[in-house]
Amino acid sequence: MANGVTPDDLALGGLRLVRGRLGDWLAEIGRVTTMMLETTQASLERLPSARLVVQQMAAIGVDSLWLVIVVSVFTGAVAAVQAAYQFTAVVPLKYLSGVILRSVVIELGPVLTALVIGGRVGASIAAELGTMKVTEQIDALRAMGISPMRYLVAPRVIAAIVMLPILTVYADAIAILGGYIVAVTSLNVSAPTYVQGLREFFHMKDLLSGLLKAVFFGNIIGIMGCYYGFQTEGGAEGVGRATTAAVVTSCVLILILDYILATILFRVVFA
Amino acid sequence: MIEIRGLKKRLSRRPVLDGLDLDARKGETLVVLGPSGTGKSVLLKHIIGLMQPDQGSIRIDGEEIVGLGEKALNQVRRRFGMLFQSSALFDSMTVGENVALALQEHARGMDPGEVRRRVEERLDWVGLKDAAIMKPASLSGGMRKRVGLARALATDPEYVLYDEPTTGLDPITADVINQLIRALQKQLHMTSVVVTHDIKSAYSVADRIVLLYQGRVKYDGTVDETRRTGDAMMRQFIEGSSQGPIQPL
Repeated sequence: MANGVTPDDLALGGLRLVRGRLGDWLAEIGRVTTMMLETTQASLERLPSARLVVQQMAAIGVDSLWLVIVVSVFTGAVAAVQAAYQFTAVVPLKYLSGVILRSVVIELGPVLTALVIGGRVGASIAAELGTMKVTEQIDALRAMGISPMRYLVAPRVIAAIVMLPILTVYADAIAILGGYIVAVTSLNVSAPTYVQGLREFFHMKDLLSGLLKAVFFGNIIGIMGCYYGFQTEGGAEGVGRATTAAVVTSCVLILILDYILATILFRVVFA
Repeated sequence: MIEIRGLKKRLSRRPVLDGLDLDARKGETLVVLGPSGTGKSVLLKHIIGLMQPDQGSIRIDGEEIVGLGEKALNQVRRRFGMLFQSSALFDSMTVGENVALALQEHARGMDPGEVRRRVEERLDWVGLKDAAIMKPASLSGGMRKRVGLARALATDPEYVLYDEPTTGLDPITADVINQLIRALQKQLHMTSVVVTHDIKSAYSVADRIVLLYQGRVKYDGTVDETRRTGDAMMRQFIEGSSQGPIQPL
């Protein structure tokens, strides 16, 4: 080549880049795993304070409820409008509520709730712990002989794991209600028809699979928020970077895990 | 007694501690002086196990702490109190809750009334008895340092580590902190290590002064010896001159 760079050099450079990126990812996975193990170990040695867990449950769950309600009611409404459009001249509208129910309970409820909570709570956890890291508050805890894994990480992860399924139940119910309002008021579906469809299409395994997903998503949100908070370096800019990384990584992992769990649950467990 | 031998630590490939040998004797207040960036805070973080060295040994009353796991280190740390440079108060808690935290975590059987009494007593020692319900955000820099000091003393530690206790304070508030450290030292007979670059603060609180430069101790003497010393590095530091063996970073 004119500038002296051969195809072999390019291939070698590309290989080095991939190896470097792969190494970074593997190191990151290793650090997250270590944090999870240390948190579990510290929590087994001495249980996290119930007061702290309840505080976090309020911050993660109760304080997020209005956001979940708003997102869910419109999710159900959009699902109704879109399903009715797809059904036009093909499927009778008596099946509308069944489609809304199953799509909400299996997929939309857990995933959208997790994405919304991942944004709100993941960012808040990463920003709070990141600020504590750069202002030496986490060092101060360790210097006092208090495990930050037990005192800071465990209550947040436990609260996220407990609250995500609860918020998902609310999200499911409110999305179905949102669909009901649209179906009855603007799609000419009668209330008894909508309710009858819900009864016919409800399967407990759908609900359980959605809630099981929510448990895993809660774990991802809690761990990623704490992990990026603890990795924060370099003042306010570092806190901003940690917050963004926590939200982006949580959302991507939620979608990847959603696919993996869907495959396991519906092609293996419930097949 | 704290015994440090051959301590080495590199950060970002730069040697920060380079074979450091240092003792802090039982009951004394040792002041570690040194220009910014010479590893004074890094030294304190090694003593309390917040950082692990690349090489070397740290013994606390004969017990080696280098290589200890987090659980064993936590036991050692309970014998220490530490005042951080930024005070590192927990923003989400009140002043009283900051001081009470270690007591509640480590003495779980302790009666809440006794915890309250101890918190009041520690805040009284630092002249902030009425500040228990205030949040750290509403405190001045000097008040934050005093709360940090009360928190460091909450569990009656055998060792207290002070990281730049007067940095960022006006001269009068700095003197208040110095007097407080000295008075508490006389009252409680703890072993203290004070890291600072404030020579006035060092003269106020020290029994012994060492100068840290390029990762090693370059000077060691009492306060009186230090005032009279002819050591070129120590003199340059005392006089605050940019000319001499110490190269500014």
